[in-house]
Amino acid sequence: MSMGDVFALLGAALAVGLAGGGSALGVGVAGQAAAGVMTQDPSKFARLLILQLLPGTQGIYGLLVGFIVLSNYGLLSGAPAGLATATGLGVFFACLPIAIGGLISGYAQGKCSAASIGIIAKRPEEFAKSMLFPAMVETYAILALLVSILAIMAI
Amino acid sequence: MAIVKMQKLSVCALKKNRKITLETLQKLGALEIIHNAEEEKELELMDTQEARATFQKRSEIFESALSSLAAYAPEKKGLLESLNGNALVDKSVYEAYVEKAEEISRSAGEVVSAEKGISECRGAIQKNEARKEQLQPWIKLDVPLDCQGTDKTTVFIGTLTGVVDEAALFALASEGISSDSAVTGDVLFTTNDSTGISLMCLKKDEDQVYANLRSHGYAKVAQAETEIPSVLCERLDAQNKAKEEEILSYQKEIVAHASEAEAYRVMADYYRTRAEKYRFLASVPQSQSSFFIEGWVPSDKAERISKILTDKCDAVVEISDPAEDEEAPTVLRNNKFSQASESVLASYGLPTGKNVDPTTIMSFFYVIFFGMMLSDAGYGLLMALITGIVILKCPRMEQGMRRFLQLFFWCGLSTMFWGFMYGSFFGDLIDVIAKTFFGYEGKILHAWWFEPLDQPMKLLMYCILFGLIHLMTGLILRGRDCLVAKDYVSFVADTVAWMCLVLGLVLMLIPTSLFVSIFATTINLPAWAMMLGKILTIIGLVLVIALNGRGSKNIVLRLLLGLYGVYDLTSWLSDLLSYSRLLALGMATGVIASVVNMMASMTAGIKFIGPIIFVIVLIFGHTLNIGINALGAYVHTNRLQYVEFFGKFYEGGGRAFEPFHTVNKYTEIKEEQSL
Repeated sequence: MSMGDVFALLGAALAVGLAGGGSALGVGVAGQAAAGVMTQDPSKFARLLILQLLPGTQGIYGLLVGFIVLSNYGLLSGAPAGLATATGLGVFFACLPIAIGGLISGYAQGKCSAASIGIIAKRPEEFAKSMLFPAMVETYAILALLVSILAIMAI
Repeated sequence: MAIVKMQKLSVCALKKNRKITLETLQKLGALEIIHNAEEEKELELMDTQEARATFQKRSEIFESALSSLAAYAPEKKGLLESLNGNALVDKSVYEAYVEKAEEISRSAGEVVSAEKGISECRGAIQKNEARKEQLQPWIKLDVPLDCQGTDKTTVFIGTLTGVVDEAALFALASEGISSDSAVTGDVLFTTNDSTGISLMCLKKDEDQVYANLRSHGYAKVAQAETEIPSVLCERLDAQNKAKEEEILSYQKEIVAHASEAEAYRVMADYYRTRAEKYRFLASVPQSQSSFFIEGWVPSDKAERISKILTDKCDAVVEISDPAEDEEAPTVLRNNKFSQASESVLASYGLPTGKNVDPTTIMSFFYVIFFGMMLSDAGYGLLMALITGIVILKCPRMEQGMRRFLQLFFWCGLSTMFWGFMYGSFFGDLIDVIAKTFFGYEGKILHAWWFEPLDQPMKLLMYCILFGLIHLMTGLILRGRDCLVAKDYVSFVADTVAWMCLVLGLVLMLIPTSLFVSIFATTINLPAWAMMLGKILTIIGLVLVIALNGRGSKNIVLRLLLGLYGVYDLTSWLSDLLSYSRLLALGMATGVIASVVNMMASMTAGIKFIGPIIFVIVLIFGHTLNIGINALGAYVHTNRLQYVEFFGKFYEGGGRAFEPFHTVNKYTEIKEEQSL
């Protein structure tokens, strides 16, 4: 395994780990709020679950990028491509947008979801709109994902 | 694609026909009463609060009887059945029930009081348990807790601070007492920081012993039970057992009423509907011998309603068009395909009479975008199959639910289409199976269009193109609203100007090196198109600068506002980039599906159980992927409609039509003709 492979692996690890961590934080925060509302009104379970899941996508995006890196450079099949150090560093940096963006936006989206869960508690009829606020945060995770993927594809 | 035109219906009838008129209107369920703020002197409103409360209460009795029945004698209901909406009840059956209202009420009353009995028993048991728990430490005592002693002796029962053993207790208690006097005692229990004791001494030593004990933090036991603890515990146990049996007998009593559940449902709805009638009646102005109803009806039903009312209730009916300044409630009417997405529009806000109903146009974009985001033929097939079967099997499903499922049926078909376009059927499942089990290397399922992972930039370009079409449609709809309102200046400023500017800029951008380097494709435009781009851009710029500040009279301010208007281009850029989610979410589905397939294929090599694990991993993984990506696709399709599309033209703010109708939660009466 060359130094380049190591950097690529580091990038994939950060993409999956940090973005997943952001999602975990976000889903956790939203889940606490949802559990609180459930104690009052269990019939809202489905809507609460959807709102709780919204910040879960960053982890998926991270996984996506991580997987593309692993499979593109043979790190999945056990035959590393032996990347040059510069290429490996390039892959590493390409992974950073979704790693950092996923971490921060996942947590922020979780807090936003928790607030939207407050909407469901008081005005359950505004469900569709309450989903929009967390979806706004997600835009930036999508942009980060896009740049990560395009950059990896171009390397 | 339209908003149903509403008309005003004015009804005047004699009071003796009030009951039948109201009942007819309620059954028709097509009139929303207008509350008139200014009351006329001769007319007055009836106070129906009391009657309404009575009926509401009766309905609630049935409701609680039903919930007891559901708890103790649950009816077996399939998943499909529970989706199937309100139960159909024959009119004759319904009438028979209504006739026996008193009897059924009594029976429901029995259920409710049995339920009350159960909760009382439960309360008693809980209380006994708590009492037992408090007694538990003292269980070794063979005198009652409130024992004071005998004629000659005194008994102390209580706790000392700190842990004291029997010998120490004896020593500390008998301090300063003449040796011929006896003190005897027991340590009943010890905890971390206290000791429960019982101590007996002669009456003459009482004060000394008490002082001794006090110096060690003696506190008399708090519970004043008059029975020996162990005996009392047994008695409480027996009591609880009796209560448990009582609960069982109450439960049996409730279960015995299980066959009457249908009657309860009918009656619950019956009283609910009557309560609703009285609510309606409260806003009907009445004179001594007549009453007046003014309300909104959909114009296509107006004639029929008026005919029924005249024939059946001897009423005088007048139909009129709404005045200019009146806000009629909104009813949407769309074709079968588009009505499925009416709820999407409604949860953003209904259109007012002045807007165009964008449902039809939105529904196409909705289904297409959803398909692009989920974009897997297998997932789409599953979605369409499941929703399709449920829709067919449950013909009487509640309307909102039915439309929701219909929407996802169409979205499923679209997902399937895009899945084939991208060459994705449960990810690369077909290829993986062929490779793992049959050793066939190579592609079997080819994309009709191209695979996103191979050419992401190309797909991004198309996504933005779709976005451009979506946004332009929004602009056109805005233009239509302006034209309908005869606001020609706004039409030019908001629609024409921006269309020219954005399209012109796009045409100018295509031949530049920037575009070529980003998308790695060269699109050769004919010279006239490039010229057209320039002209459109200039026209657009001029119009925006000239018209954006049209509200202001100050020429300088107007110019500045115009220039500021050009700044809106940035919002166009961000709106367009927002459509990149079509690409990102679409790719996410495919790649995760591939990950699942790959993980599954790794297990396939295991002897014997390999294929089984393969299938289990596939089912688990793909279920998870469908769930999370369908949720993502739903949320982000909504977002594209609400934020990007509606942001260009739609305001909402309409009021939903809420006609006076029967309020049925459980049942529906056959032959009941609703319009």
